[in-house]
Amino acid sequence: MRSRRESVISHLILVIGTIIALYPALSILILALSKRGARPSALGVPRSFTLDNFARAWSGGGFDSALLSSATVAFSVVVVTVTLSVLTGYALAWLRVPMGATILGVLLIGLVLPYEGVIVPLHSLIKDMGLINTTAALILPQIGLSVSLGVFWMHTYFRGIPKSLPEAASIDGASRFQTLTKVLLPAALPGVSALALIVFLYAWNDFLLALVLVPDNVDVRTAPLSLSFFAGNVKGADIGVTAAAAVIVALPLVIVYFFLQRNFINGLLGGAVKE
Amino acid sequence: MPAVTTRPGSRRPSASGSGRVARRPGRPRKDWRALFYVLPAMVFFAVFVLYPLGQSVWLSLWKWNGVTAATWVGPQNYIDVLGDPVMRLALRNSLVFIVFYAVLPTAVGLVLAGVMARIRIHGLAFFRAALFVPQILSGVVVAVAWRYLYAADGPLNGFLDLFGLDGITRAWLGDFATALPSVGLIGTWVMFGLCMVLFLAGAQRIPTELYEAARIDGAGAVREFFTVTLPGLRREISFGLVLTTTYALRNFDVVWNTTSGGPGNSTIMPSVIIYKAAFNTRDYGIAATVSVLLTLMILILTALVLFLLRDREPAR
Repeated sequence: MRSRRESVISHLILVIGTIIALYPALSILILALSKRGARPSALGVPRSFTLDNFARAWSGGGFDSALLSSATVAFSVVVVTVTLSVLTGYALAWLRVPMGATILGVLLIGLVLPYEGVIVPLHSLIKDMGLINTTAALILPQIGLSVSLGVFWMHTYFRGIPKSLPEAASIDGASRFQTLTKVLLPAALPGVSALALIVFLYAWNDFLLALVLVPDNVDVRTAPLSLSFFAGNVKGADIGVTAAAAVIVALPLVIVYFFLQRNFINGLLGGAVKE
Repeated sequence: MPAVTTRPGSRRPSASGSGRVARRPGRPRKDWRALFYVLPAMVFFAVFVLYPLGQSVWLSLWKWNGVTAATWVGPQNYIDVLGDPVMRLALRNSLVFIVFYAVLPTAVGLVLAGVMARIRIHGLAFFRAALFVPQILSGVVVAVAWRYLYAADGPLNGFLDLFGLDGITRAWLGDFATALPSVGLIGTWVMFGLCMVLFLAGAQRIPTELYEAARIDGAGAVREFFTVTLPGLRREISFGLVLTTTYALRNFDVVWNTTSGGPGNSTIMPSVIIYKAAFNTRDYGIAATVSVLLTLMILILTALVLFLLRDREPAR
């Protein structure tokens, strides 16, 4: 009896938690879909339906180029970061790299270092390189800032693979690179995809770097930056349109999340869930 | 961030993926060509993380507006910053944020994990996915959503009206008294689902024999929580606290897009000071100094959490 009551209470708590987690996101969606004169009621019940806000946000905020820019940045960061992380993680886990422990120790700094701690010199550096207001200004630093996470991630993953696997490959005469691509990489594929997803998430959602490094070029503004300008510049303007803009920015990730949520959650929890 | 699950110092001594002959005992052969695998990542890391980090420290010792020649001031920036009332306010706000962003979600997550530890949850995958939604939204999107919820004519006030509490309605983010806790609660919202899922997953891995043993000993629900659930979740708690405190201290996008530190300086944070000093008032030395202090704060707190919650037993 006792456990049955506990079960009901537990599920009730989970339902309440779910409502709290989803309510702000849903209320902005409902607002975005509502007509100006017929906003949702206090409890968020919709009273009208229109796609008008989306059309106005899309044309007014330059979100077509912003989404494209975000996608370019995020994909580039993911491809390079994951490739470099796989190579380095593999070497540190399975090869006798000189000073390997030192290298890992140094990379540890990157795991806890906030972007905010390096943003001022980073801005000067990018300026000196002549890259301010270019897509590269967003891609290059984000690779540097995410490889430490990637290397630790892949290092842990490769270390979890039984030793017999690469050993058997090397007995069969495989080179180191072949051992990596033909044997270890397939075995580590779930880890690689989870890493790719979180790096994508961070790159897509980044705001500070974009604000500082591409402030004046409308063409390379990322989606979150465009949203910030859009929401800030039109303070007196229609909140429904701003809401629609927010939905536009969030939607691509929400769609990816819908299909790959298990990988996302695993990634964000640092693999803590499955272990 | 798998910081908790990895131990960088302990390399497996016999690991050898190369096709070479087995190493001679006692004399590990270094594989210099392996450096080619490591080099590209390290170049990116050195150029875009280590070099700027060093520059932050170096810049913090100068007074510089980015145009005219810089003057060496030694530790003066640190003295100025630590004596500055705005910076002190930012530090105090940071502590408040730690409560809202880290302590509260952790506490909520732990209590719920305690309640649900031995229960088979139906639809766990759904609940997990839903509770994680705040995590995947950009800080700017989160800010826009909450600006609407908190607005003078927004749903929160509408809700309060319904319950006859129209006496306390206000523009929550624009009011000196409520701006800070209001922004804080956004952080709680972002993080509570993550903590719940993290601790729930951990609690369900605790062997049921431990609970049975506690029950045979006559432990009630509360003692069971403190003797079984809490110690069993040490690694998850440590990981969650590192993640949430770091997020609390460095947070920029949510604060910037809700209040920008206002009204007045009531929600000012170190990250906002850095941004304003560097890109509004062009005081690079001060911006760098706050950057260094913020980085140190995060490093120290992270080390503290990891140390206090370290594994004391050999293995679980």
